[in-house]
Amino acid sequence: MLERARRSLARIGHNFIENVWRVGAMARFFVMVLAASGTSVRRFRLVMREVYFTGVQSLIIIIVSGLFIGMVLGLQGFETLQKYGAQESIGVLVALSLVRELGPVVSALLFASRAGSAITAEIGLMKATEQLTAMDMMAVSPMARVIAPRFWAGVISMPLLAAMFSAMGVFGGYLVGVVLIGVDNGAFWSQMQAAVDFRYDVMNGVIKSFVFGIAVTVIATFEGFDAPPTAEGVSGATTRTVVSSALAILALDLVLTASLLRGDH
Amino acid sequence: MIAPSAVQPISRVTAENLVEIDAVTFGYGRRPVLQGISMRVPRGKVVAIMGGSGCGKTTLLRLIGGQLHPTSGTVRVGGQAVHELDRDGLYALRRRMSMQFQFGALFTDMTVFDNVAFPLREHADLTEDMVRDLVLMKLEAVGLRGAHNLMPSELSGGMARRVALARAVVMDPMLVMYDEPFAGLDPIAMSVVGSLIRRLNDALGATSIIVTHDVVESLQVVDYLYFVAEGRVVGEGTPDQIRATTLPVVHQFVHGEIDGPVPFHYPAPTYDEDLGLAQARAEAAHA
Repeated sequence: MLERARRSLARIGHNFIENVWRVGAMARFFVMVLAASGTSVRRFRLVMREVYFTGVQSLIIIIVSGLFIGMVLGLQGFETLQKYGAQESIGVLVALSLVRELGPVVSALLFASRAGSAITAEIGLMKATEQLTAMDMMAVSPMARVIAPRFWAGVISMPLLAAMFSAMGVFGGYLVGVVLIGVDNGAFWSQMQAAVDFRYDVMNGVIKSFVFGIAVTVIATFEGFDAPPTAEGVSGATTRTVVSSALAILALDLVLTASLLRGDH
Repeated sequence: MIAPSAVQPISRVTAENLVEIDAVTFGYGRRPVLQGISMRVPRGKVVAIMGGSGCGKTTLLRLIGGQLHPTSGTVRVGGQAVHELDRDGLYALRRRMSMQFQFGALFTDMTVFDNVAFPLREHADLTEDMVRDLVLMKLEAVGLRGAHNLMPSELSGGMARRVALARAVVMDPMLVMYDEPFAGLDPIAMSVVGSLIRRLNDALGATSIIVTHDVVESLQVVDYLYFVAEGRVVGEGTPDQIRATTLPVVHQFVHGEIDGPVPFHYPAPTYDEDLGLAQARAEAAHA
């Protein structure tokens, strides 16, 4: 009994140390990516190619999800707001929910599942099939040629995808609120225009999505680069990317929301 | 105790060596792989490093390429101690050497053409027309000019190996290293790859190191062979000397004998012990 408890404690301690070590290694990896980013600036087409794979190819899931979430927000919001006779504020509710919170967070979660896992799997397989070693042996730095372009592509794509998500969500709210339920069209848009502040609402959302973009792509590229070169290793790394990214996004969201909120709100 | 080499060492045969490995030791964790190994690779020659699985052949290539650092001893390429070079120095050296990996390590998101063009586009300031001409020349040399638009997934194992060969020599390197170039190939592909290694080496004036298990093919292609076992060179010589050698470990390897100085069994307790037969016999005797 005592021996079993000791072993459990040892396992917990080992896992804790392992995780702290991984966070440290990831921070060091992040610095190395930044240091190797010169090639990405000089040969920006490498980044644009990855923007296509990570950003453009994530558009469908982002657009469809944004539309559905906006429609659900419209339905739920109308249900609550009409109790107080404030159904014309549905536009404000949908827009603020999306721009401040749901747009950056949900699009980042979708981005981590769609593009983050793909980045990890691709880099992990390149490692397992010795493509990264071959590149290194050709005197071409994998960090500069493979990792950094993918990192910057993710950082560029994430705010754009979040903006697209929010725009589609607002459109979904419009479809439900105005077209389906019959809320006044002018009230829907004018109240939204009056209530949504560019600096404190839209920019806060942009800052969040930018930070989430950094977090997801650092996790995805690190997990791929660090994956054991086996089928099991790559599959484990892909899973870790999705789980770690989701946790990182939600934790960072709390921190950012607390730091970006205005006192007078 | 391993028998000493039975033939004249290559270091005494030639004055100018491109690769010099002196008293190198290396291990992975606590497992020693190389134990004071020394060898020479003369300029312009094709040299094979042979030995059983896990004897440290590929590790030697990685030490020469600077991917690993020796625990002790020195590895020199073109007079430079590889393990003492900083990153820029190592990359400058690697631009003059290349390595063909066991399964080709072709970039799977690029066509055959782009794979071969990759080192040129990264390192040489050439127009696309010149890149195209150079790539097609190398692909012609390996017989795959017509396959330049294919993706790696559309190639057979032998074709992928030949594309990797074209990519390895596209920068006209001074040293080309081949890691198991014959593994998994049918006899025709093996013969094609073997003759290509020889022809390209002579045409480019390069130096080649082949790590392989394949005795028959190697003896036809190379100028000199090293046999490695237990982390040391246990035999060396020209193909004719190797064919004629009576050195037990080399003889066993060349003739494919199952047991000999290189044991068939991995070290283990006795078979009786593992199966618990001794105890069973004792119990049976008591009964």
